[in-house]
Amino acid sequence: MLNRTAENVARATPEPLARKVRGISDKGLAWLFISPTILLLLAINIFPLFWAIYLSFTNYRANRPNEVVKNLGFANYQRILGDKDIWLAMQTTAHFVFWTILLQTLIGFTLAWLIDRKFRGHAFWTTLILVPMMLSPAVVGNFWRFLYEPQIGLFAYAISFVTRIPPTDIQMLSNVSLAPWSIIIVDTWMWTPYVMLICLAGLRSIPEYIYEAAEVDRASNWRQFWSITLPMALPFIMLAVLFRGIENFKMFDMVNLLTGGGPGSTTEVASITLKRQAFESWRTGYSSAFAIILFVAVFGLANIYVKALNKVKQR
Amino acid sequence: MTRAANSRKSSWPRWARRGLMENIATALIAIGFLMLFQPFALSLYTYSFITMLAGTVMFIVVSKFPE
Repeated sequence: MLNRTAENVARATPEPLARKVRGISDKGLAWLFISPTILLLLAINIFPLFWAIYLSFTNYRANRPNEVVKNLGFANYQRILGDKDIWLAMQTTAHFVFWTILLQTLIGFTLAWLIDRKFRGHAFWTTLILVPMMLSPAVVGNFWRFLYEPQIGLFAYAISFVTRIPPTDIQMLSNVSLAPWSIIIVDTWMWTPYVMLICLAGLRSIPEYIYEAAEVDRASNWRQFWSITLPMALPFIMLAVLFRGIENFKMFDMVNLLTGGGPGSTTEVASITLKRQAFESWRTGYSSAFAIILFVAVFGLANIYVKALNKVKQR
Repeated sequence: MTRAANSRKSSWPRWARRGLMENIATALIAIGFLMLFQPFALSLYTYSFITMLAGTVMFIVVSKFPE
């Protein structure tokens, strides 16, 4: 059947094209098929990376394309790595990444563990929990901005109902100590379902017979969780942490929509500083060097995680 | 045959095996990473990038070494 289909396809191929392809080996044909993708990848991923590395050593400004480009050597890197404002932005990023990952992993795994119980209507709840993840960050940002409004926002009223603090005093986006948490809450709300989905895949991959053997050995539920569930789901949890960690280091849209880096510079994460340097101060070379520093940080982190993941998988 | 193959010693130096070298590279990346985001000393932040870069390049190179 399959052979007949292949013959039909071969017969349908136009003769000039067939004559050209006939002389190509299987490997050559495979390269022929993947070459458009490789070319596209080179054009939109690899070339900009090398171009950014080149620009990071220059004083190039994108708003002055006719100006002579001078080679500055490592001056941009030295300036960034001695700049206290950028150091502060790095600390803000670290604070943001730490709390979002911690909360998303804890809540995501707990939700996955509960959904895995297969109670009545669990499919409906799974779909409902996944909704925030499917929304556009722009929509989520604007939607939460509205919710956080002290005068009319539902969030302020809900907090006021519980704490008895007047809603007008709950200024989530303009209060220096609350603004970072407002972003952490929104990011956790949006991306916990993603962590839950990965953890759920991990929990569903654990064979039932291991639990049955544990039951025979009279292992308690607590013991089963620590000795079977958690170790076997760990590679998946680490994968989720890796993905979210990398994504949150690059976090831009939500912060830009909710606070724009303010009040002051309390929520100015590295990507916001990068955008300000690149598109407000127009220091393209400088911001390229900053982007390369962030890239190396994320790339190094990814290496550690892949190594840890392989180790866990080998166990 | 198998025993002979197993007993044949690799000419690659023991100290330069992948496992050990990868661990050193990973430690360098982790130290550099912590230096980049720590809030205590500006000098640590200044040297974080070079530490991280050294670790990352080392990791890429040593991951090709024999086990």
